[in-house]
Amino acid sequence: MKSEDTQQQIIRETFHLVSKRDENVCNFLEGGLLIGGSDNKLIYRHYATLYFVFCVDSSESELGILDLIQVFVETLDKCFENVCELDLIFHVDKVHNILAEMVMGGMVLETNMNEIVTQIDAQNKLEKSEAGLAGAPARAVSAVKNMNLPEIPRNINIGDISIKVPNLPSFK
Amino acid sequence: MALKMVKGSIDRMFDKNLQDLVRGIRNHKEDEAKYISQCIDEIKQELKQDNIAVKANAVCKLTYLQMLGYDISWAAFNIIEVMSASKFTFKRIGYLAASQCFHEGTDVIMLTTNQIRKDLSSPSQYDTGVALTGLSCFVTPDLARDLANDIMTLMSHTKPYIRKKAVLIMYKVFLKYPESLRPAFPRLKEKLEDPDPGVQSAAVNVICELARRNPKNYLSLAPLFFKLMTSSTNNWVLIKIIKLFGALTPLEPRLGKKLIEPLTNLIHSTSAMSLLYECVNTVIAVLISLSSGMPNHSASIQLCVQKLRILIEDSDQNLKYLGLLAMSKILRTHPKSVQAHKDLVLQCLDDKDESIRLRALDLLYGMVSKKNLMEIVKKLMTHVDKAEGTTYRDELLTKIIDICSQSNYQHITNFEWYISILVELTRLEGTRHGHLIAAQMLDVAIRVKAIRRFAVAQMSALLDSAHLVASSPQRSGICEVLYAAAWICGEFSEHLQEPQQTLEAMLRPKVTTLPGHIQAVYVQNVVKLYAAILQQKEQAADTSAAQEVTQLLVERLPQFVQSADLEVQERASCILQLVKHVQKLQAKDVPVAEEVSALFAGELNPVAPKAQKKVPVPEGLDLDAWINEPLSDSESEDEKPKAMFQDEEQRHTKPRAPEADEQELARRREARRQEQANNPFYIKSSPSPQKRYQDAPGVEHIPVVQIDLSVPLKVPGMPLSDQYVKLEEERRHRQRLEKDKRKKKKRERERRGTRRHSSLHTESDEDIAPAQRVDIVTEEMPENALPSDEDDKDPNDPYRALDIDLDKPLADSEKLPVQKHRNAETSKSPEKEDVPLVEKKSKKPKKKEKKHKEKEREKKKKEVEKGEDLDFWLSTTPPTATPALEELEVNTTVTVLKEGQEEPRGEEQDAEEDREQDLEKKPSKHKKKKHKKDKEERPKDKRKSKKKVPPADEEAAEPVENGTLEEEPLPPMSSYILLAENSYIKMTYDVQGSLQKDSQVTVSVVLENQSDSFLKSMELNVLDSLNARLARPEGSSVHDGVPVPFQLPPGISNEAQFVFTIQSIVMAQKLKGTLSFIAKNDEGSTHEKLDFKLHFTCTSYLVTTPCYSDAFAKLLESGDLSMSSIKVDGISMSFHNLLAKICFHHRFSVVERVDSCASMYSRSIQGHHVCLLVKKGEKSVSVDGKCSDPTLLSNLLEEMKETLATC
Repeated sequence: MKSEDTQQQIIRETFHLVSKRDENVCNFLEGGLLIGGSDNKLIYRHYATLYFVFCVDSSESELGILDLIQVFVETLDKCFENVCELDLIFHVDKVHNILAEMVMGGMVLETNMNEIVTQIDAQNKLEKSEAGLAGAPARAVSAVKNMNLPEIPRNINIGDISIKVPNLPSFK
Repeated sequence: MALKMVKGSIDRMFDKNLQDLVRGIRNHKEDEAKYISQCIDEIKQELKQDNIAVKANAVCKLTYLQMLGYDISWAAFNIIEVMSASKFTFKRIGYLAASQCFHEGTDVIMLTTNQIRKDLSSPSQYDTGVALTGLSCFVTPDLARDLANDIMTLMSHTKPYIRKKAVLIMYKVFLKYPESLRPAFPRLKEKLEDPDPGVQSAAVNVICELARRNPKNYLSLAPLFFKLMTSSTNNWVLIKIIKLFGALTPLEPRLGKKLIEPLTNLIHSTSAMSLLYECVNTVIAVLISLSSGMPNHSASIQLCVQKLRILIEDSDQNLKYLGLLAMSKILRTHPKSVQAHKDLVLQCLDDKDESIRLRALDLLYGMVSKKNLMEIVKKLMTHVDKAEGTTYRDELLTKIIDICSQSNYQHITNFEWYISILVELTRLEGTRHGHLIAAQMLDVAIRVKAIRRFAVAQMSALLDSAHLVASSPQRSGICEVLYAAAWICGEFSEHLQEPQQTLEAMLRPKVTTLPGHIQAVYVQNVVKLYAAILQQKEQAADTSAAQEVTQLLVERLPQFVQSADLEVQERASCILQLVKHVQKLQAKDVPVAEEVSALFAGELNPVAPKAQKKVPVPEGLDLDAWINEPLSDSESEDEKPKAMFQDEEQRHTKPRAPEADEQELARRREARRQEQANNPFYIKSSPSPQKRYQDAPGVEHIPVVQIDLSVPLKVPGMPLSDQYVKLEEERRHRQRLEKDKRKKKKRERERRGTRRHSSLHTESDEDIAPAQRVDIVTEEMPENALPSDEDDKDPNDPYRALDIDLDKPLADSEKLPVQKHRNAETSKSPEKEDVPLVEKKSKKPKKKEKKHKEKEREKKKKEVEKGEDLDFWLSTTPPTATPALEELEVNTTVTVLKEGQEEPRGEEQDAEEDREQDLEKKPSKHKKKKHKKDKEERPKDKRKSKKKVPPADEEAAEPVENGTLEEEPLPPMSSYILLAENSYIKMTYDVQGSLQKDSQVTVSVVLENQSDSFLKSMELNVLDSLNARLARPEGSSVHDGVPVPFQLPPGISNEAQFVFTIQSIVMAQKLKGTLSFIAKNDEGSTHEKLDFKLHFTCTSYLVTTPCYSDAFAKLLESGDLSMSSIKVDGISMSFHNLLAKICFHHRFSVVERVDSCASMYSRSIQGHHVCLLVKKGEKSVSVDGKCSDPTLLSNLLEEMKETLATC
């Protein structure tokens, strides 16, 4: 586990590296010293304004990880119903929970999307049942707050927010 | 109550939740930091409240802030509070926060142990799941130790969701607490065959991760993985397994052979690119591992290369990248097949994607030849000019140097060209690799004598041109080149055209801006130059010119004497004094050139980089022994600072002695020079800048540096490397013409002869003759250098701790710690259970009991592993054809290699290739040994009275393991008996049966080559009797011998196993046999024979089988056993040792022992029970036996009598 400063530095540099790459170049980046040496690679996918970057060591298959990112994005899409970047920005905790069903302690846990969605749904149900009576007023307030919002901000480039580095193998 | 909760929730209405926080941050773009610090204050307030929901909300927000880079470790305790909430919603928030910010240094982490344990055993699977997920991120050695057992239990949970998480987290536990690996491994292995694909995939994942670091411990799992590979349809799992095989094949070439076919099938059949790619990768790994043995896999290589070419040509850049990556692996062993695709690689070099260019560069390394080196490097040089980023340019630079210098400059035909390339590279601004270029310059100049004149000319030009000095040393590492340039000009000054000019260049004031270590080299080499010039001038009898040079030195050297760098200062002041002395002598018209140049006489030879390491330690020298007794700590501590102080004072006050006797000075210098010449680090080492003297004179003495701006930036007179390319082409063309002429003549001559050569004219590498006579001086190595070339492993590697032998049976001490209540279970410990039986005895029997148990476990393990044994699985002989084989393997399964030991392959490599056809196989020697050793440990202190086995035999039985045995005070007992011996070979043997095969025994014969000939084509044949016959390979007649599957170089021994089929086992019998072999030495080869008699005792049909006392009692009560007894007098041995002896030599196990009376049990391979009651009297021993066969019993007792008689 690295300090917050190093984490931020990693995210910044990764974003810097990834974002300046052309559209039609390969999705792999050789590991720099920052991400733990030459055994590690950055593997990323680019969706509209979002980059999904995984940092993996040589025990992972490069193409396999690209598939995994695809599974991750599709899962997000299912769980958020037509995911957009604002979903990810406002519900980071949920994104973490979904990722936790796929990758655990830096190792791939599950690659089957249906299985992941089932588990997430079951946990959401459990959460709802726990909220019960006590949760009702809070939800109402939340609804009110949303109504009062002057406008939901648009067109903001927060590309690097979805870079999930801390959970991946090199950051043990 | 409910009201209170609602009230609490209403309070919460005005707290921000996560969404509010995010929104707020986005709305405060300009004063974000201020806004966040405000939020953190609010969060701190919220954390102080009792309401857990409020706390959870606060922690949730903190997690977000952590993601933005804010330290939240101060809230660690609150996070733990939220983790222990009863609601899943909050718990999950807590664990998420913990997984993001807890680490080994978090001090409150130990408070979580019990909470996590509680959550792990929670009835809700999601509580457990969330705890496992969290733990996987922050597990510490303490947590791993305390929770390993709980997690292990979860590996068999009913819910697959928990199982897969528990399996996966075990890897993290292993890393933090390596002791848990062995106890947990059997269960982990079990999970490979879990019905749930997710769990299976997790188990594969963990084992692959483990095996990647320490593959040899996981070889025994190969059959299981092979099964999974052929049965699984999950590509993710397949990829992992195939990758794992890639790591295993280098250790076991036979595995590779087995893999080639299914992998090739997969390559042809799969549509998934990822899988295809991994298959190709593993096939490559297989081919690499096989490359030493069998070269006829060209079809597979072709297939791989062809598939990779398709990948590289694909428009998808990802595939292109991976294709190149895999190609570089083939390159290492099969460069020829890759070289055919040079066009493709060169094309990729122009790709706009840097990742791809880098990979293509890697490949280039293996593609160069004498023919195309110049052309390729030229291309790379244009890339260097174009390269935009410094990283890529630096990469190019190192690659150029790598390519050119590979395998001792094998591909360079023109070193002038290479030096020019190096000089051109020095124009790179801001590269980090100046030292690399410098090292190359030095290496080439020293080792290629013919190039020195040219090199010196180039180097003096470099020294003269100011651009290298001008660039500031902080920004650029390129000035390192001057280090090499100065040294070369100095050392080979006899080749300099204009030495005086170079000397002046080296004494320019600007030089003092260079780094210290370079200045030091300058100073040293200035004197070398000076010596050369003096010599030249004196020979020309030009005394005034000589004095001028001396004067120049005397004027310029002080700038170095004032250097802050210790090394520069010291060298300069020494040399200044020397030069002043020379000046005095010159004034008296004394010729000095001879003496000055004598300082630097002699040739410097390059020393191999590892030379120092390889100097053997002289016999009798103990490097660890103290020469003098070390002083006590307190004393040295007291004195150290004082001594240092004194030392310094002395140095300040001590007057310099410039009038030191010239001769003495020269002598000292010579000695130092000698020392430096012998020191392989001398050239490269840079002086340590640790101590800096601040006693430099005042400001007024510092010379004002004149910045000379008129110096041209272009290096004058520097030939472009391109010219060489052209020249080289012409030269080759000429050469070719000449050669053609010669060839034509030759061909004409050939045509006249009868034989016709069909040699086509192709210009191969060998045809190109180097331009100058290249005489590459080989690097020097010390005499009797040690051949070992082991690279030290990094002792800090966290994975080293996981290098654990997993096939050894578990010892009691290895159980995972289980949390228990302290007073409850103490009376139930297994140790105590044994106590009633042996209470009065010494501790030894207890130990034996333990051993006994271990043996039982081994037995069980044996049975379990029967189907999975690696050697058996790897042998490609169909099992139905040779049922004997299986049995044989079971015997050798017991334990696998000890840690750190490697199977002695080497010489047997050839034999191994034929092995698949052979019936007998070489069992893993160490397996057998280990097993034997276990058995031997007990009675080892008793062996001296044994006459049956002369000591020499024992040595023969343990031939390979010299070193491990030396530590033991007495050689252990061996069951190996001398079979036959002559001047060539010694044979010892042992017979083992197994309960699984009722009519077969395995004879292990150790063959030791006692001669200095090479023994091969060994064949063992036995004259079968009605009752016993040798199992021969299918299809051979009863008169054929069985080949021994290995050859024996002089002094080597090895073990071969032969299977015999036995009808009746109640009688002992002897078989006559012959070993025939060819002995080959310098004089020629002879065919030799050695006859022997193989003795099958009744004991050899017994198999040590444990028996519990109740089963034993039942057996005796049943009454179907016949009885017999013997009595032996004159026994002096202790009862304990006596029993050990019976156990070892007659394969019994002790069932129960009370005082000097013991019951023992064994079983024959055909299922006869043999029970003994052994009683010891004053000086005698009586043995009562009961057995289901009376003949067997009486024969056994007879044999036992013989053994006992020697006690």
